[in-house]
Amino acid sequence: MDRRQFLKSTGAGAALIGLGSAPWQKALAQEGPIKIGLLAPLTGVVASGGREMVEGTQFFFESIKNTVAGRKIELIIEDDASNPDTALQKARRLVEQSNVNWLIGNLLANTGLAVANYVKGTGTPYFIPIIAADDLTQRHGIRNVVRVAGYSASQFTRPLADWALKQGYKRIATISQDYTFGHEQCGGLAQTFTEGGGTIVQQFWHPLNTADFSPYLGQIANMKVDAVFAMETGADATRLIQQYASFGLKGKIPLLGAMNATDQSVIRTLGDECEGIISPAHFAEGSDNPTTQKFVADYTAKFGKTPSLYGFSMYSGAMWVSKAMEAMAGKIENRDLFIDTVMKTQLADSPLGKTVRLDEFGNPIYDVYIRKVVKRPDGKFWNVPIETYPSVSQFWRFDPATYLKQPAYSRTFQGIKKG
Amino acid sequence: MTQATRTLTIGAIAVVIAALLPLFLSKYQVGLATEVLIFGILAMSIDILAGYAGRTSLGHGAIFGVSTYVVIYLVSEGMSPVAALGLGILASTFVASIFALLAVRTSGVYFLLLTLALGMIVWGICLRWTQVTGGENGLRGDIRPEALYDHKLFYWVVLAATAVLSLAIWRFVRSPFGLTLRGIRDSESRMRSLGYNVPLHLFIGFTVSGFFAGVAGGIYAFFNNFVSPSTVALAQSVEGLLMTIVGGVGTLFGSFVGAAAIITLENIVSSHTERWQTVLGLTFILIMILAPEGIVGKARVLIERVRRSKS
Repeated sequence: MDRRQFLKSTGAGAALIGLGSAPWQKALAQEGPIKIGLLAPLTGVVASGGREMVEGTQFFFESIKNTVAGRKIELIIEDDASNPDTALQKARRLVEQSNVNWLIGNLLANTGLAVANYVKGTGTPYFIPIIAADDLTQRHGIRNVVRVAGYSASQFTRPLADWALKQGYKRIATISQDYTFGHEQCGGLAQTFTEGGGTIVQQFWHPLNTADFSPYLGQIANMKVDAVFAMETGADATRLIQQYASFGLKGKIPLLGAMNATDQSVIRTLGDECEGIISPAHFAEGSDNPTTQKFVADYTAKFGKTPSLYGFSMYSGAMWVSKAMEAMAGKIENRDLFIDTVMKTQLADSPLGKTVRLDEFGNPIYDVYIRKVVKRPDGKFWNVPIETYPSVSQFWRFDPATYLKQPAYSRTFQGIKKG
Repeated sequence: MTQATRTLTIGAIAVVIAALLPLFLSKYQVGLATEVLIFGILAMSIDILAGYAGRTSLGHGAIFGVSTYVVIYLVSEGMSPVAALGLGILASTFVASIFALLAVRTSGVYFLLLTLALGMIVWGICLRWTQVTGGENGLRGDIRPEALYDHKLFYWVVLAATAVLSLAIWRFVRSPFGLTLRGIRDSESRMRSLGYNVPLHLFIGFTVSGFFAGVAGGIYAFFNNFVSPSTVALAQSVEGLLMTIVGGVGTLFGSFVGAAAIITLENIVSSHTERWQTVLGLTFILIMILAPEGIVGKARVLIERVRRSKS
């Protein structure tokens, strides 16, 4: 056998082995373990967040020994590659091939919207602790899509705007990534702030992955604003916070951030430049609540880092659904009843520290913290609550029916009150 | 038996086998098979240019996706699926003709870069024209006609369409027009001196290829019920081209083998390891080294060798 022949036959053999071990087996019957499909971006632009999503979910299921009401939990993890087409493909695989009882996960709004559109047809329960797209629990709500332990994008920036008004801020400029998540968060802030008598001086929208913020920061420095609101995620947040400090704006103009701008996934790599940033959220890792503190300590001990929004939300989301499964004694095959039970379940003893419930649209009502980034004795930074807004729903103080008549927030509609 | 009848026989057998597949496969696997057919058509449309006119396009993902966008948009606005499909294909053909106008006078790497740039423009428009395209969230809707809800039925309809389209493309590349394209591929200057209008032939070839990509994109809209900028992104064009190359450039029906290989690999490997892209990359490198003429191309060479050694 010459070398060429060898290569060919080896290649063919390897291919055959590959085909043989492929999961072509028929799906298993409904009885037996509860199968859960976890969709997370393990590759692509938001892979680091995706990995923490998996950690958080596994961490919770391990804490209950992978058993709910005597039934084993089987967690099937699929990579959505940060791409909506892949997410859709993987959701199909989990539902049609693996026969999962329910789906949870996804990080980017477009992946979540794609999967939500699919489960609308199949009726599979789908839980979205991270996906914040407003309309999934508002104008285009789907019964079997529930935002357990998540939040809708404009929910938290409204109390932040109220807080800013109370500080006497009159003029705010916003700087945000130019996509729906940013439009919605800025919209919540802009509407509440202007309706309360404040002025949005200017809104800057920049593409994702902006390396240099100096064009925006240079303008902001001369605008005589009382505060700046930054809606940034991931590496953009890191860069903005760093450049804000190196432009000498830190300490001069207060920096307000969206929850994700001062999330642990961002500030765990930062130094003094992130100190003092104010942001609103349902969770503060620096809270003195004993349940929160225990969760933070356990998570840090296991993974060697303070939990981020991704790890925390998936942990709490999985906990929420598991509470519902327990209430049904593990018999969750009746999907209608299952969704109803989840909607009725109130989550106590979670890392949130307080009991939370869902509104009729499937979005949680939280006590929202206004948090400040503070240096810990060990030199690391975390978010500490400085004020609490009790029972904030996704509709703030608006009447839901009236609110839903206005269009969804976009680059062109920010709800800014004229005059 | 002439070569033509042999191809037709093999084609007919392949269609019959493909038609029997849903009886053995699970619902999800039938979905994958449907996708293989759709992307097979896209890869074939790329092969018209790459294999027969010697022009490698990196803009076909965009042409494909334009049709997907138009179909989903129009059906969501209340248009009948058939009319929307027609308009979607028309839109893709129109976009392809504009691409063609700009690109036909170039060849080689310049053609590659120009089509890449044009595709990026389409992607940019889909990303930024939020009011119409939904920005990066894309468009969603339950647009598949109710009669085709059943996954097997939908597969058979797509299979029938694929069979007709494949026959049409096969006829097209074997027509005198197709032969002219091949002439241009082999020597542009000779064809020009023989009196052929080279740019016009390339223009028509490109537009026809865009038409087929548009059909694939339109069908994809009904398959996916969802479209976002990733459908028109460069990665889509590259994937289409990879399917063509893996199957074998210039083999036409190799496109289906390529599409099947890539889609199955992606879906199986990614469930087992998050390093699936590495595995895919290595596989492509191996194919390029061991069978640069693609799977079907290699098979033909091998069959030819066996036959010659017998005679």
